[in-house]
Amino acid sequence: MQILILLIQIAILVAVVLLHVAYATYFERKIIGHMQVRMGPMLVGWHGLLQPIADGIKSFFKEDIIPDQADKSLFLAAPIICLAAMMVSLSVLPFAKGWALADINVGLLFIFAMSSLASYGIILAGWASNSKYTLLGGIRSMAQVISYEIAIGLSLVGVMMLSGTLNLSQIVEAQGNSFFGMFIISQPVAFFVFFIAMLAETNRVPFDLPEAETELVSGYITEYSGMRYAMFFMAEYIGMFVMASIGVVCFLGGWYGPFAVPLFPPIWFILKVYFIMFLFIWIRATLPRYRYDQLMAIGWKLLIPLSLGNIFITGLAMTLAQ
Amino acid sequence: MSRKISFNCPVQAGDEDRYRIQMGPQHPATHGVLRVDLDLDGEIIRKCNPHVGYLHRGFEKLAEHRTYVQNLVLTDRLDYMAAMANNVGYCEAVEKLLAIEVPQRSRYLRTMVCEMARLASHLLWLATHALDIGAMTVFLYCFREREELLEIFAELCGSRLTNTYTRLGGVRQDVTHSIMMKLEKFVDSFPSNLEEYETLIDTNRIWLKRTIDVGTVGADEAVGLCLTGASLRGSGVDYDIRKHFPYAAYDFMDFEVPLGETGDTYARYRCRIEEMLQSNSILRQCIERMPPGPIIGDDAPDLIMPNKPGRKVEVDVPAQQSLIKLVEDRETFMEGDVYVATEVPKGELGFYFVSDGNGTPYRMHIRSPSFLHISALKTMAKGSMLADLIAIIGTLDVVLGECDR
Repeated sequence: MQILILLIQIAILVAVVLLHVAYATYFERKIIGHMQVRMGPMLVGWHGLLQPIADGIKSFFKEDIIPDQADKSLFLAAPIICLAAMMVSLSVLPFAKGWALADINVGLLFIFAMSSLASYGIILAGWASNSKYTLLGGIRSMAQVISYEIAIGLSLVGVMMLSGTLNLSQIVEAQGNSFFGMFIISQPVAFFVFFIAMLAETNRVPFDLPEAETELVSGYITEYSGMRYAMFFMAEYIGMFVMASIGVVCFLGGWYGPFAVPLFPPIWFILKVYFIMFLFIWIRATLPRYRYDQLMAIGWKLLIPLSLGNIFITGLAMTLAQ
Repeated sequence: MSRKISFNCPVQAGDEDRYRIQMGPQHPATHGVLRVDLDLDGEIIRKCNPHVGYLHRGFEKLAEHRTYVQNLVLTDRLDYMAAMANNVGYCEAVEKLLAIEVPQRSRYLRTMVCEMARLASHLLWLATHALDIGAMTVFLYCFREREELLEIFAELCGSRLTNTYTRLGGVRQDVTHSIMMKLEKFVDSFPSNLEEYETLIDTNRIWLKRTIDVGTVGADEAVGLCLTGASLRGSGVDYDIRKHFPYAAYDFMDFEVPLGETGDTYARYRCRIEEMLQSNSILRQCIERMPPGPIIGDDAPDLIMPNKPGRKVEVDVPAQQSLIKLVEDRETFMEGDVYVATEVPKGELGFYFVSDGNGTPYRMHIRSPSFLHISALKTMAKGSMLADLIAIIGTLDVVLGECDR
């Protein structure tokens, strides 16, 4: 019986998240459209509201082209690895008090593990396509993920030290239901590092080098088509959602808000996540792209020393406070 | 029945750590159909070989079989971002060859459309250059302004890109009051719009990082590479045909030639931005000082249209033949050669004609800036990174229609 309930919960979560992904693309296109003095999607449905569904149907019925020279099994598996890893990491997110599928003690680590696993999908896609641009995209992605994974992990160590746990729900509880309890107040440097590394981790502008369209055509997704192409996008948007959620859980006080909403407790969580998603999109509409060596320099020379210093200062402050 | 084709080529000795990429001719950032053969070491370019010719249409040969009037339409297809400037360049050259005097009003009109074309071309350049570097919003902002210019072009001569507005000895149509009003409105609002772009990218740290010290050419090297236009002036060489060898009405215009110092991508970017402001001020001067008078020279009307009013053309003779007949009737075709260069948005566009006294050019050579700029790519891109190559192609402002002719 319990398993059945769990399965239903999983089904609901997956359905909601997939719908969310579809409308996150709409959200992004509309916002960027208005920022760029144009309308965005307008034709399908009222103000283009059905556009994501039309896109989904379109990519579903498109031919799935597999290049002759590709490593077939890996080529087919890569988008699935990407998407599956991202979707699995949804299970530990606490949307509200008690609203987590798996409230495990190593939630934060689990999410990092899964997001690293997703980058395997990208690397494999780059390699298995057996094309020069995709390989370059894959290599870039590998280097980027390795350097920024360290930065993002180190930036969250301060949060772990303050809350004393890796369980996401308990991290939220540790911040408590107050504005000044939020870790963004006590850990501003960590949030700064986390935010930048988060952009890199999700391959978003200004760190979208693995798929830099003007340099590498489309990077690792150059050879993909149809639904497999769409799966990479779904993985990217779920990745954005997961990373934004981590930011909300670790720095912005999770599901707590100025006042409690009785019927739908996750509302504050969702609003905060969408605020961060909006920042993602705003940055995409504004900033140019970094060069590969500049990206590495920021990761290794700025973010990692900053987060290490942050750990040191946090530790010092905690020791002195005792 | 599928056959497995093997693309495994043996790697030549000494090439084991080279990664070869053929960038283009279908690549989103090569501005058309440029192909660049790259030897990469990681992401660093060891060897860069640009290949041209994918858009070759044989204009120079084609021109030898068409009359001077007919060749005018070919020039639209050279640099299709600034067809007006090409028209003017071609007409200036032919008029010098045929010794046709252009009335003052149409010289002003030519200056006006030239500068409008320069603005349209530079706006498109800024749009694509920013997009290449990754800033996608500037792209659409620039198109908003360019659209206004193209609308004015459409009202002026009925077409947005391939204008064919000038004629030998003048221009085709006079401007109307509504065109001038629209242009004035554009000229008034343009500087503030330009500021908008500058706030978006000019103070942006990433933009500076991507452009400063990228694709640097010194003054001597730039002259040696045959760079012209803003690409040359970015290196600090003061050479602008509009200023130093004025044509059309440029000697009546009051404008400055913006110069860069460092010769990198950022300096060239600044040069073009300043140039847009100068163009804007030239446009304003054109609006204010536009003299009255005829728009076509007295000694060239028979070159304008085959059936000029009052002249009877036989119905069964195709228009083209009657045109050739008219041209052949003309007695002022001189023998000899002439080279006239004009400053188009991309650089120095020169037309070289050899005439044997016939109605058609014996040889027409086009000195196109894009072709020479692309050949500079080889030197400029060497040792830089793959992403810089995109920035360099953007900053050289090449258009393949002009390069391949």
